[in-house]
Amino acid sequence: MNSFWILLTGALVAASCGLLGCFLILRRMAMLGDAISHAVLPGIVIAFLWSGSRETLPMLLGAGALGLVTVLLVQMLRQGGVKHDAAIGVSFTALFSVGVILVSLYASQVDLDLDCVLYGEIAYVPWDTWQWAGMEMGPRAVWGLGGVFLLSLLVICLFYKQFKVCAFDPAMAAAVGIPVTLFHYLLMGLVSLTTVASFESVGAILVVAMLVVPAATAYLLTDKLHVMLIESVAIGILSSILGYALAAWLDSSIAGAITTVAGLFLLLAFLFSPRYGLVVKAWRRRTIKWNQRTNL
Amino acid sequence: MNGWAFWLDPNTLWVLAGCVLLGLSCGVLGCFAFLRGRSLLGDALAHAALPGVCLAYMVSGVKSTSLFLIGAVIAGLIASFCIAMLTKHSRIKEDSALAIVLSVFFGFGIVLLTSIQHSGQGNQSGLDKFLFGQAASLVGSDVTAMIVISAALLLLTTLLFKELKLLVFDSGFGRGLGYPTGLLDGLLMLLLLVCVVAGLQAVGVVLVAALLIAPAVSARYWTEKLGTMVLLSGCFGALSGVLGTLLSTRVENLPTGPVIVLAATLMFLFSLLFSPRRGILMRLINFLKLRRKVLEDDLLQALYELIEVDRTSPLTRGYAADRLASKAGKRPASVRRALTSLQRRGLLAPAAAGAASTNRSSDAEWTFTPAGLQAAHNIVLNRRLWDVYWMNEQQYQALAIDQNQEELTSQLAPDVLDEMLRQLASYDLLPRLSGHEEYAAPYPTRQGGLSS
Repeated sequence: MNSFWILLTGALVAASCGLLGCFLILRRMAMLGDAISHAVLPGIVIAFLWSGSRETLPMLLGAGALGLVTVLLVQMLRQGGVKHDAAIGVSFTALFSVGVILVSLYASQVDLDLDCVLYGEIAYVPWDTWQWAGMEMGPRAVWGLGGVFLLSLLVICLFYKQFKVCAFDPAMAAAVGIPVTLFHYLLMGLVSLTTVASFESVGAILVVAMLVVPAATAYLLTDKLHVMLIESVAIGILSSILGYALAAWLDSSIAGAITTVAGLFLLLAFLFSPRYGLVVKAWRRRTIKWNQRTNL
Repeated sequence: MNGWAFWLDPNTLWVLAGCVLLGLSCGVLGCFAFLRGRSLLGDALAHAALPGVCLAYMVSGVKSTSLFLIGAVIAGLIASFCIAMLTKHSRIKEDSALAIVLSVFFGFGIVLLTSIQHSGQGNQSGLDKFLFGQAASLVGSDVTAMIVISAALLLLTTLLFKELKLLVFDSGFGRGLGYPTGLLDGLLMLLLLVCVVAGLQAVGVVLVAALLIAPAVSARYWTEKLGTMVLLSGCFGALSGVLGTLLSTRVENLPTGPVIVLAATLMFLFSLLFSPRRGILMRLINFLKLRRKVLEDDLLQALYELIEVDRTSPLTRGYAADRLASKAGKRPASVRRALTSLQRRGLLAPAAAGAASTNRSSDAEWTFTPAGLQAAHNIVLNRRLWDVYWMNEQQYQALAIDQNQEELTSQLAPDVLDEMLRQLASYDLLPRLSGHEEYAAPYPTRQGGLSS
């Protein structure tokens, strides 16, 4: 049963991240995902100190708010004339520092340690259950992640067309009257929520991995957005299942193993993708050369 | 630790020296990374060091700082190779490539780290300290290593300053001159990598990236010269090292790394707000000044054109503020403020006729003073010349006119100015009110262009 819950959690993380990651990649905001996943730390700590418990809801709210603050900060710095990447770098490291300082100052009251924040522990998920009306409802993380996943799925399905235009051509989106900024913040809000919900189970860095790596793999495999979304989710889920097996075999961190497997998938796609793979392209070049030579 | 006693504490001194050196070299190298648009590379390289450190430990079985450094540098080299391959040979963009390499390497590192922990090969806590940074744990030998590394980095940067400058500002030109830009770029990457790895131990994976970015961005606000920028950035970095170390020795439980980063961030915020040329405050002031000037110029023009259309005497006929506001298309409230300011500058005065008809100041009618008429004439002439310029841009293209300058008349040779004035006259737009003489000459025939 524990394996089932761990696998389900991993699959849910992979699915929600894979969905949103596609849009991050297309809008060239992959590092913004990294920034958000670090910058939510002070939000989590403040929510924790304020509510005094590890309830999911206050943490989601606190961290979600901080995620949006990060996006706003980056936007403001850019308007103040700072380069995009420098703006990201300055804001997330500053917020992360505040988080680390808060953790160290209130270490006695905060039952969070930095290792957990940075690389999470999915293996503890099954024991942190949610009781409702006296009944065991299963692990809390599964409920949180499931909710966030359904929310992202709903929002993306409802506004699929708008998100699509914003991702590929923001200028055109603005020209046809789509509120680009609103959708930008909507996407970032979803990314923040997903980051926070995944935080406890996979940690900050591995959220970035799940956001970017499966989506990038799918990006190498297809030119169609809906195919990319489905493939990204599928690759994410597959990586989490195989990663779990790998972790069991090596006796190591499950989240790390999931990331490693996802990285291997990316490597495979990079080499053998039918359209953009390195090997395939080289082979195609050779065929052309060979054809030319025989024609001459 | 009360008073200044901690100066005598060798441990604190070591930590202080380490942090200052780290801030200095990160600040200097960060400039080049920042200008090359690679600010976040440091973040990726720092994360990618984890598997290198773990492998170094697994292979050697001992906890030795120098071995860890070597492992981290090798892992960083592989990581930067991966980033280059991904961006060069696939459709993945640079930011995605950074995020991919960062997270996959770190994830793989965690797999190695946890399997070391679980295999029970003795105490692995040193690994954690090495990666998540603990400035307080710096000892003499670490600082000696840092001194050597920083000295080497600073020396190389000084020697290659000219080449690096060319690389960050115009690498294409550099290639044209025959410099091996690919090699230089690789070298810059290597220098950055060494700097990051040296910083890991003091401030940790995430925050070493901040030390590369924040001082460089701050320094950019104060100067336009690369040499000054590099020096300033180094100083900012070193200063944040000092501040961070001192604060964290004074306050219990305050970790050094994050405080250093916050100090650097505060310097950045200060620069962002208050730098004399690019700071937000200065730009706001300039913006308000410009807005006021445009409003006043618009009002002068509005009055001038009203008089032109009505063909009345420019120094006696007055117009009410509301009329001017609607002509210039501005809000009456701001127009009234601007009118008083123009009066103070001696360009406008309440008209004698208007003053006679009504005594209430809000309804006062305004007219030019002689100086005001001259100023308005110049403004109107300049603006209409710009109109002519834009209408006939093809004709004047060869003149190398600076379109960002406000003043056009002074940029024109006499014959071009004559040509433009002739065109103005043919559009019937030549401003004819000027100086002290009363407006008398009958206006030429067509005059629709002015009033509409």
